[in-house]
Amino acid sequence: MTAALALGDDALVLSHRLGEWAGHAPVLEEEVALANIALDLLGQARVLFSLVGDEDELAYLREERAFRNLQLVEQENGDFAHTIARQLFFSTYQHLLYDRLAGGNGPLAPLAAKAVKEVAYHQDHAEQWTLRLGDGTAESHERMQRGVDALWRFTGEMFEPVEGVDVDWAGLADSWSRSVTELLSRATLSVPTGAQTGAWSAGAGRQGLHTEPFGRMLAEMQHLHRSHPGATW
Amino acid sequence: MATVAYGTDGASHPSAASGPSGAPGGPEETRQAAFDAAVAADERIEPRDWMPDEYRASLVRQMAQHAHSEIIGMQPEANWISRAPSLRRKAILMAKVQDEAGHGLYLYSAAETLGTGREELLDKLHSGRQKYSSIFNYPTLTWADVGAVGWLVDGAAITNQVPLCRCSYGPYARAMVRVCKEESFHQRQGFELLLALSRGTQEQHAMAQDAVDRWWWPSLMMFGPPDDESAHSAQSMAWKIKRHSNDELRQRFVDICVPQAEALGLTLPDPDIRWNEERGQHDFGSIDWTEFKEILKGNGPCNEQRITQRRRAHEEGAWVREAATAYAAKTAAGAAKSADAAERGKARA
Repeated sequence: MTAALALGDDALVLSHRLGEWAGHAPVLEEEVALANIALDLLGQARVLFSLVGDEDELAYLREERAFRNLQLVEQENGDFAHTIARQLFFSTYQHLLYDRLAGGNGPLAPLAAKAVKEVAYHQDHAEQWTLRLGDGTAESHERMQRGVDALWRFTGEMFEPVEGVDVDWAGLADSWSRSVTELLSRATLSVPTGAQTGAWSAGAGRQGLHTEPFGRMLAEMQHLHRSHPGATW
Repeated sequence: MATVAYGTDGASHPSAASGPSGAPGGPEETRQAAFDAAVAADERIEPRDWMPDEYRASLVRQMAQHAHSEIIGMQPEANWISRAPSLRRKAILMAKVQDEAGHGLYLYSAAETLGTGREELLDKLHSGRQKYSSIFNYPTLTWADVGAVGWLVDGAAITNQVPLCRCSYGPYARAMVRVCKEESFHQRQGFELLLALSRGTQEQHAMAQDAVDRWWWPSLMMFGPPDDESAHSAQSMAWKIKRHSNDELRQRFVDICVPQAEALGLTLPDPDIRWNEERGQHDFGSIDWTEFKEILKGNGPCNEQRITQRRRAHEEGAWVREAATAYAAKTAAGAAKSADAAERGKARA
């Protein structure tokens, strides 16, 4: 099932990136919050993978070209503002998407109904931090704007239709733009004017075309599992 | 998570004896008598109660070290989050590291009831004026170390902390009740991780044995110096902050671990461990206190790395904390302004 794999990969990869913050967060409360979000996402990935096959085989034994996650979620953490910009873009998308899926009667509806509550919290967390950083000090404003600008070109692929996900993708893109525009303006930040896709066509991640840091991320994630073929943990 | 730091690590204590203060029969003496009576009756001392200065200072130091150990203790385990070999193990490990941050928060809050601040305590950690448990200066070199830390390090921490649930200072005792529940869960998970490795492939079994070999002695050192070298234990016990001596707790831990190691199918790296029928306890070999002292002096394998990472996270996060403070001030000012406007509106109406 392509849909469960694509959405599961998004959750798995973003969870991994957030896990890299452990022990490095700016305040203890954020150690808790980022780990919490990472855990929610990992839980979602595991449920989605269970619809497709064995979760560990899917996570640990596929190579880069077989992953279907968005390029957005594989981007490196950067500074805290960069991480928050990634969270803002993705959680707004995921919340809108899961909200629609939860209301439908497709195979992903039960998962979406449970996950949408978690994702509402993720979105609130990202929005609160976008406001604090955007409208905080001159330095935080500048860093937050840089994060938003740098990641903007990865936002277009979120609205490329995923096979098996029956939603109004154009409507989803509109709602996303309205929500993000409104929030950025409250945070005294400007909405980037550049294209929402890079040199790659939108939807590249969904086709297994990834950015360079992703391969290294997988190498680290998979090495122990791959070093002991057939072992159970 | 692993924890354990409190005063048992041989950190310097101030003079423990609470000196006589006030005139005989004066208010100071009455308060001291009331405090002594409350401790003797196993009542809890609460933040607003009078307490001897030395009792307060001793608790601040112990609780701060305990909190610091929680947050430094995140590092050796977080080291394996990105490499955890299955999604289930990864979820368990992330949850554990998250719990440790939560324990740090409880403990800083509990310490703050004694009139200190989290920022001040963190400064003391970063500048080396306060310590954290020596155990976190050892590296986690393989995946099995995550299991050994859970089984042995958290196991030792629990052995130390369960009696603290009856500590005379109320906020600390209550924090320990919450912490111990989660810690026991972590300890069982560590045991279960090692069991899976022990029953796995030959390589996995060897990995588990190697981890236990490296973590056993350092875990025994977590209980602190031997009783005859632990000058301040007596005062802590008189205050009912501590309930048992270092050696008593260490013995209890060895007695718990021996049958667990058998159940795991792993050996403990001490040829002198044997059941002593007469004592009804296990005899065990002597600890290399030289290594312990070197680590306390800052010469352990990871002392430098741990504190550098902690300082860096704090320094690199400074702009984030400043932003949050500036934003809070702005929104508070905004709220005050609109409240004023509403008041003026009402007055005009």
